[in-house]
Amino acid sequence: MHAIEKILMKNSGKSNIHTGEIVNAKIDFAEINDLYLQTVYSFYEMGGQKVWDNERCAFVFDHYAPCPDIKSAENHKAMREFAIKNNLRFHFDTNCGVCHQVMPEAGVIYPGMIVVATDSHTTTHGAFGAMGTGCGATDMATILMTGELWFRVPEIIEVRLDGKTQKGVYPKDVILAVLGKIRADGAVYKAIDFTGSYVEGLNVAGRMTICNMAVEMGAKTAYMQPNSDVLEYVKKRAVRPYEVQYTDPGYKYAESYTFDVSGIEPELACPSSVENVHTLSSVVAEGEVKINQGYIGSCTGGRVEDIAEAAKILKGRHIPEYTRLVVIPASREVMLECMTRGYISDLMNAGATISTPGCGACLGAHEGILAPGEVCITSTNRNFPGRMGSTEALMYLASPATVAASMVYGKITDPREFLN
Amino acid sequence: MQKVLTGKCIVIGDNIDTDQIYPGRFLAITDPKEIGSHCLCGVSEDIAGNFPEGGFVVAGRNFGCGSSREHAPIALINMGAVAVLADSFARIFFRNAVNLGLLPIICKGINKHVKEGQTLTLDVEAGTVNVHETGEVFECEKLGDQAMKILEAGGIKPMMRAKFAGK
Repeated sequence: MHAIEKILMKNSGKSNIHTGEIVNAKIDFAEINDLYLQTVYSFYEMGGQKVWDNERCAFVFDHYAPCPDIKSAENHKAMREFAIKNNLRFHFDTNCGVCHQVMPEAGVIYPGMIVVATDSHTTTHGAFGAMGTGCGATDMATILMTGELWFRVPEIIEVRLDGKTQKGVYPKDVILAVLGKIRADGAVYKAIDFTGSYVEGLNVAGRMTICNMAVEMGAKTAYMQPNSDVLEYVKKRAVRPYEVQYTDPGYKYAESYTFDVSGIEPELACPSSVENVHTLSSVVAEGEVKINQGYIGSCTGGRVEDIAEAAKILKGRHIPEYTRLVVIPASREVMLECMTRGYISDLMNAGATISTPGCGACLGAHEGILAPGEVCITSTNRNFPGRMGSTEALMYLASPATVAASMVYGKITDPREFLN
Repeated sequence: MQKVLTGKCIVIGDNIDTDQIYPGRFLAITDPKEIGSHCLCGVSEDIAGNFPEGGFVVAGRNFGCGSSREHAPIALINMGAVAVLADSFARIFFRNAVNLGLLPIICKGINKHVKEGQTLTLDVEAGTVNVHETGEVFECEKLGDQAMKILEAGGIKPMMRAKFAGK
């Protein structure tokens, strides 16, 4: 039996479980982000009065932090009122950051749990050996009323990542290479278990980047067996006792893919689809790609490790005139750490615009919207038409190091040029 | 729930993501009619205003991929759509659609054969789509028991209301 199946079995109180079965599972933590006032509406429309457990659900105000307009301010106001009325133990207002960074930092994510959030990138928490999955506003309202949600027990795909990456190749490049192979719908309704020696040795930030983008292949959830880095991280933070689940030896996956990460180069997801993945070297070989905006941030690429790579490249350099680089640390904790280490001043001296921790322009809400005809290179997760503003803007997804390297000349550039 | 539905269709492509169905810049809007007026504007600004009431959206693979935003099915319903017929659906979109009573029907290859403005009849129980103009009949996948249970209750809201009213 797989660890994900064990988690589902335990939380649904069953003694056995099989693929395709529908189970009602208890939710260990539920998170509502600030796009989803509809959750509150649906909760009352369905006859909800109080949330099932005021210690197991929270709002994170990340997409509109701080509010760019009156409408989102009204939404925040109504959500705060709901949080106060329900006496929620946890509340993450506009001073915290992106939910998928803030929740692990606050210790509400730990191995063996089920976390559901109104955000597709909830697959991120597979990095901690948790089962994380996204849902819509009304599904979330049913969780707030009952503490449960129905799930179909998914088929599980193994993505085995072996070997060591070359210098200048980061977890983001690895997941882009995987995505280019498995495609945007290769894992729809299924779970992805990332295994192999590369994953076993990977730090928390890198694991989060990879699990985060599992949803870009359609995955319901992602999983990585916790390693010592993860256990060290959660030991200091977890607000509840937890039990790490393990996959039984000899478990048969529905499908298996194997990648030797030592052969992966800096990668790009080119406009305007996450599966349009090419090596950076092949893209620039066809001609120079000029950049108007670089963007480093989000639940995919806005952690200390990401900003560190960018600062390393941009320290003592400056972005060209008439270009801009927006850097949005994923959380307050990340930003404080980056300030202590001097990365924020290095980036500001290089001409970067630093903004409040949160989702920022990743989804085109505010703080770095693109005009028609503009080109952006970004460490975020999606490059769909209109994702960061105009449907006539073009977006390239890349590692934070590639974004930083590209901002040195204002054109797509291999980060290895700056790493000796 | 109505199990035989007839309406005109529009035809769009593969990987129509939630940013194209309902762009991020409109996410703070909560009025359903206003949400519907922006539906599919990432594909074309002209779709929502001209969509046939009670009509079908026909699409390719991986419809509704991307964000978990429930605005996507809310927009489709309030634009006037009753069903989406596609090669495949992203998981969260599928759940959101069922919860709100919008039919997500897997009908492989249909978007390569039907044309904008044609009239279709979907028979949910038989699992067929009939194209009036050409007489072609497409087989589609039947919805699972859990999805049917929610749809027959009129969506998750009436289902939950009934459950909680009894408590």
